[in-house]
Amino acid sequence: MSRAALLVLADGRFPAGGHAHSGGAEAAVKAGRITSAAGLEDFCRGRLHTAGLVAGALAAAAVLGVPPGDLDAAADARTPSPALRGAARRLGRQLVRAARASWPSAELDALARDFPKGAHHPVVLGVTARAAGLAPVDAAYCALYESVSGPATATVRLLSLDPFEATGVLARLAPELDRAADTAVEAARWALDEGAGALPAASGPLLELGAEWHAGWPVRLFAS
Amino acid sequence: MTAAGVRAHARIVARADGRGGTALPVLDGAGPLAPRRTRASGDGARVMLVGAMSGPLGGDRFRVEARVEEGARLSVGSAAATLALPGQAKGEARYAVRLDVARGAELHWLPEQLISAAGSDLSVTTRAEVAAGARLVLREEQVLGRVGEEPGRLTSRLTVRVAGRTVLDQELRCGPGAPGGWDGPAVLAGHRSVGQLVVVRPEFAERPAEARTLGECAALMPLAGPAVLVSAVAPDALALRRVLDEALALLG
Amino acid sequence: MHLDHPHHGPAAVSADAHRPDGSRRALRIGLGGPVGSGKTATVAALCRALRDELSLAVVTNDIYTREDAEFLLREAVLPPERIAAVETGACPHTAIRDDISANLEAVEDLEDTVGPLDLILVESGGDNLTATFSKGLVDAQVFVIDVAGGDDIPRKGGPGVTTADLLVVNKTDLAPYVGSDLARMAADAKAQRAGLPVVLQSLRGGTGVADVAAWVRERLAAWTA
Repeated sequence: MSRAALLVLADGRFPAGGHAHSGGAEAAVKAGRITSAAGLEDFCRGRLHTAGLVAGALAAAAVLGVPPGDLDAAADARTPSPALRGAARRLGRQLVRAARASWPSAELDALARDFPKGAHHPVVLGVTARAAGLAPVDAAYCALYESVSGPATATVRLLSLDPFEATGVLARLAPELDRAADTAVEAARWALDEGAGALPAASGPLLELGAEWHAGWPVRLFAS
Repeated sequence: MTAAGVRAHARIVARADGRGGTALPVLDGAGPLAPRRTRASGDGARVMLVGAMSGPLGGDRFRVEARVEEGARLSVGSAAATLALPGQAKGEARYAVRLDVARGAELHWLPEQLISAAGSDLSVTTRAEVAAGARLVLREEQVLGRVGEEPGRLTSRLTVRVAGRTVLDQELRCGPGAPGGWDGPAVLAGHRSVGQLVVVRPEFAERPAEARTLGECAALMPLAGPAVLVSAVAPDALALRRVLDEALALLG
Repeated sequence: MHLDHPHHGPAAVSADAHRPDGSRRALRIGLGGPVGSGKTATVAALCRALRDELSLAVVTNDIYTREDAEFLLREAVLPPERIAAVETGACPHTAIRDDISANLEAVEDLEDTVGPLDLILVESGGDNLTATFSKGLVDAQVFVIDVAGGDDIPRKGGPGVTTADLLVVNKTDLAPYVGSDLARMAADAKAQRAGLPVVLQSLRGGTGVADVAAWVRERLAAWTA
């Protein structure tokens, strides 16, 4: 395996469409729930332990070889918002494209073929990490980091927040992200034996509600 | 500390009586979980869960099972809110709800709120198995703390399967000791009431419900299957109930 | 080792000239340029000029999701199913150059849903003079500037002005009112562009979008040859 492949995959410039998604930050900013770096930190911490943990476990389980179809169904059940399911599938389809160009593999080809409208992004992320020769924990880190880096970057643009403050938020979350990655991998190992139903189902009601609210806006900067 | 906590188990079985009505061949339970048959409306049976003691307390293990057999109709409510309190026994209290709805059957599971009092530690798991062609209305409401107090620790997982496929699996963790950010802008943002209303109807397979928002803090969301979830957060239990009722009325 | 199956599922290589079923995909032309230079008006005029002879569709990349798409819908230049809008996360140049995946999804979806298509116009959100389209997204690009934005823009150059396959200097009818020297703009553009074509146009009179439409037809002829 190549550890450096993790840097390629986790790079914010990896061309898989993430830049157009705020991870719920645009809705939270408009609702007045994020107005500062402190609010951003609170938002990111909540997202890390809910949607982030679920994404991390899904991605790690895909690396371990839990069937992508099972994981995709588990992701559907853990994503009640149709707007978020749509966004996750669009991002999954965009990632499959970049992944197949970067790490050609029969499993990625099969994923693209079996999910023409896109599989959930964390599932694709896991299959990609597997194709790149990465470990389950690498995929979990990638998913968890994206769950907080997306909102941080978006908030810099939405609030003209000082980018140094936003980066400070991400750095402060690092120790929690380490623990969440371990939890995600442990859960993924359970799922290997017990099935995808054993994966965490942590939810943030306002992430789902905000996504539905956001999807109804006629004018917005971010896709989700 | 040796107190072991209370074990309580209630069982309800609803069966079509062959004359267009619903019989209750099993209606077991006592103490904190006593099911009572009440006057029915229409051809369904109606049961009220009457708690003879407060609870659950730390270390308690409660379990409620309801099975609605083919063609039967059952509606279950509770006489009062369930209050989770700190107990003498160590460890968390557990409350398991298992619902099973057979083909052609209908269950309305509409208990009153669960109130997570300061210092309590409760884990609730609700699992509904709904057969193809069955109908379910399930409401859960969590109130974080009595008026003016901090909430206890609450973990609540809700899993709904329809025709063997999981259409909803959601866990909310909040209160002291819950993972960070639970009261922040991604999860509850200071709201002290949170609710879920799940409606499963076979006709949603053909004509899925339309997604819609009810203000910025509530939404009706079609799930990946013949079901919808209404999810809401609200400042208090009354406002929460109002928005869940409004959403249910929208579904017709 | 898996490279011998290039056409399974969606095309993995963005610049691939073929669709998964082996047929030739539509020609993709990008239109970029600063805010207010007349990109959307040019797209609308092109649609009116070409829609009877070609099967075409448009992807917009507005800074705010649907403004440009709504304009095209209001103007009724194409049926709504032939207009797709892509969100750009406040970074329109990223969506056309650095991470083109959302735009590729949009053009492929259009080919799937309303195809077969001859031509897809991809309109960038209004941006700066350095914003250009990736070759992975479009086959040719048009850069639209206007006389009111300052007649020194061609002289200043920048990737859009110097490298676009076609430079359009728009709103020539306004030149007398804003004090722009058209001859100087044309001469500067010629000097900057090493022989690449320049069109001076006004959509409010004269031949309108005819020169740009003719250039598009030439491109299409070369694409299908």
